[in-house]
Amino acid sequence: MEKRIVVIWFPFLMTDWMIRKQPELKDIPFAMACNEKGRRVVKSVNAVAHEKGIYVDMVVADCTALAPELKIYEYNPLEEQKLLKDLSEWCLRFTPIVAIYESNVLILDAGGCTHLWGNDQLYVKEIHKRFSSIGYSVRLAMADTVGCAWAICHYGKNGSVVSLKAHLPSIFHMPPASLRIEKCVCDKLEKLGLKTVGDFINMPRTALRRRFGQGLLSRIDQALGFEIEMITPIKPPAVYEERLPSLEPIRTASGIEIAIKAMLEKMCSRLCKEGKGLRSCQLRCYRVDGNVQTINIGTHKPSRNALHLFQLFEIKIPHIQPDLGIELFILEVPIVEDLVPPQDSMWTTSYVNETAVAELMDKLAGKIGSQAIHRFLPSENYWPEMSVKNSTSLTEKPSTKWRNDLPRPLHLLSKPEPIEVSVPVPDYPPLLFRYLGALHTVKKADGPERIEQEWWIQEGLYRDYYCVEDEQGARYWLFRSGNYESSNAEWFIHGFFA
Amino acid sequence: MKRQEIIEQLQQRILSLQGNYKHQEATLNLGLGAIETAFPGKSFPLGAIHELVSFTPDASSATNGFLSMLLGKLTKERTTCVWISNKRKIYPPALKAFGINPEQILFVDVWKVKDTLWALEEALKCEALTGVVGEIGELSFNDSRRLQLAVEKSNVTGFIHRHQPKNVHPLASVARWKITPIPSVLPGKMPGVGFPQWEIELLKVKNGNPQKWRVQWSPAGLEYLPGDLLSVPKSTLKSA
Repeated sequence: MEKRIVVIWFPFLMTDWMIRKQPELKDIPFAMACNEKGRRVVKSVNAVAHEKGIYVDMVVADCTALAPELKIYEYNPLEEQKLLKDLSEWCLRFTPIVAIYESNVLILDAGGCTHLWGNDQLYVKEIHKRFSSIGYSVRLAMADTVGCAWAICHYGKNGSVVSLKAHLPSIFHMPPASLRIEKCVCDKLEKLGLKTVGDFINMPRTALRRRFGQGLLSRIDQALGFEIEMITPIKPPAVYEERLPSLEPIRTASGIEIAIKAMLEKMCSRLCKEGKGLRSCQLRCYRVDGNVQTINIGTHKPSRNALHLFQLFEIKIPHIQPDLGIELFILEVPIVEDLVPPQDSMWTTSYVNETAVAELMDKLAGKIGSQAIHRFLPSENYWPEMSVKNSTSLTEKPSTKWRNDLPRPLHLLSKPEPIEVSVPVPDYPPLLFRYLGALHTVKKADGPERIEQEWWIQEGLYRDYYCVEDEQGARYWLFRSGNYESSNAEWFIHGFFA
Repeated sequence: MKRQEIIEQLQQRILSLQGNYKHQEATLNLGLGAIETAFPGKSFPLGAIHELVSFTPDASSATNGFLSMLLGKLTKERTTCVWISNKRKIYPPALKAFGINPEQILFVDVWKVKDTLWALEEALKCEALTGVVGEIGELSFNDSRRLQLAVEKSNVTGFIHRHQPKNVHPLASVARWKITPIPSVLPGKMPGVGFPQWEIELLKVKNGNPQKWRVQWSPAGLEYLPGDLLSVPKSTLKSA
């Protein structure tokens, strides 16, 4: 099988990504820069800025002098790496061997793949089209060797395909830099008037080695295919998927149950081997008439307990409409997490408890929704409505202590309700108040406890809280909003003490 | 064997046959004092369904206060309770004052009554929980049977708080409680609001004596109030 290498170069990788996020940037020149040796250096430019003469590695001050309207954004090398990694995974649709080369180049080993798209030209065209359609400008070329494809991709015609064994003539007119040689060697060749590869490629090798070093020779060999160049392909992300085709279309709930059980069994044994647990799981049922029925489950803790996962599915089986029958089941696990079997502690059975509680919560969340389940932790706010925060984890520990030095009602109304009061001035508790049509005479009272608005979060009036007890012995938490002197002072009931 | 012993043994057997609750060999003392003496075997029944009724908003908060006190006595470190309700009003920071860590309670807010019953049954089946509270308006006898059967297997203690039920019909429960707040009294006629004081009525109890107590809950614990003691014999008061 002949070797076919495609080199894809993203000249505007980061800026294209920015434009994808903010389409309004498309027609304005902008660059992305970061700090380097105490200067702001441009690391990525978009096509519009490139036309204005802004290049990578220029200092930002120089760029803004050239183009005052230039916008500068922050450049993050980690983001670029991640983006290129995602793109390389996306490229796995074209060939199983994809490698990342430099910060903005991908190498695809397309040997034996191109016939699936027709021929080499159509293959390259398809890649170009797919990238253009999602907004990435690419330059790409196909050749026998990485070196040759790299040269044509960077210095030749975009999308060209070098036919078999034709790499020597194709790089004949390329500049020396196309061989991926160092800058100083390039300059030396330039000085000697060797402006194209053809000028020196047929020179005696000993003469070249003496003047320019072994590096140039090995690059020439790599481009011509005399020296093997290794590429390190990326690891394709593991897909957790189970398929179960059925001989006869399945129409009954018990049939679906058997299918789910069989697939979960296989999936869980695989997860067990790899030390993982699933956090969410999707079951797709392909019907005979082409319709796809989907049900999803999620778990609070990574789990590989087939029985528990089956129970989660069991609740949702009635939602599947098999109609004429299901011919294929696919169980896919999009999210897995590491699940290390815990060491059993000697004295407590807390792990068993936690798992059982987590499994109960999964069940409840599966039927009534995960937003229905709350676990509260203290939050460092005085404002009563904000002094608790919701925790999604079952094991998260409170970061601060619960305060119980001040009286707080056991029942709190989510929204304070207005009451009518008769109250002596200046800041005494009310003598009487009317709530929901019933009149309450205050017999005992404590307060006021003033709670100020947390001005860095929200603005508004402060509250003066009173604990009052009526003649029946019922205890309430009332407050006056604002100062007693102002005309807009209003009274509210906010809670009930036990 | 003495006559008295034989009768006691027979009573124990009848209790276990009734599927009422498992009689703990080592009586778990919750430190509730006189309240525990109203139950057979002088121990608070665990692994059973308790029913609590309330009719006014202040009584419902007093009932929830009593419930959180019970949960506080039941839970130990690293155990979890579940609190299921339709319209949750509980303000978690206040629970700390009743002796339970709010982070040990998982609140489940359900919109539909049907789902509440389902969630309640599922929670009661989970052996890892110490207590389950269900705030629910109406509950039929059949539904309560289902809950009772669930706890018989799992040994979880369930508390059903029925707020403003249309009629108080019998349920499959070991006890029916009613808690109402009473005016607090501060020592020495000091001004201000005192610690919560409740009148605890044990309206129905299987194989026990319905009684009434007046108690005060303070950080120091549960105290029985002297005064118009309704049916509590003096001896139990002293032991409390």
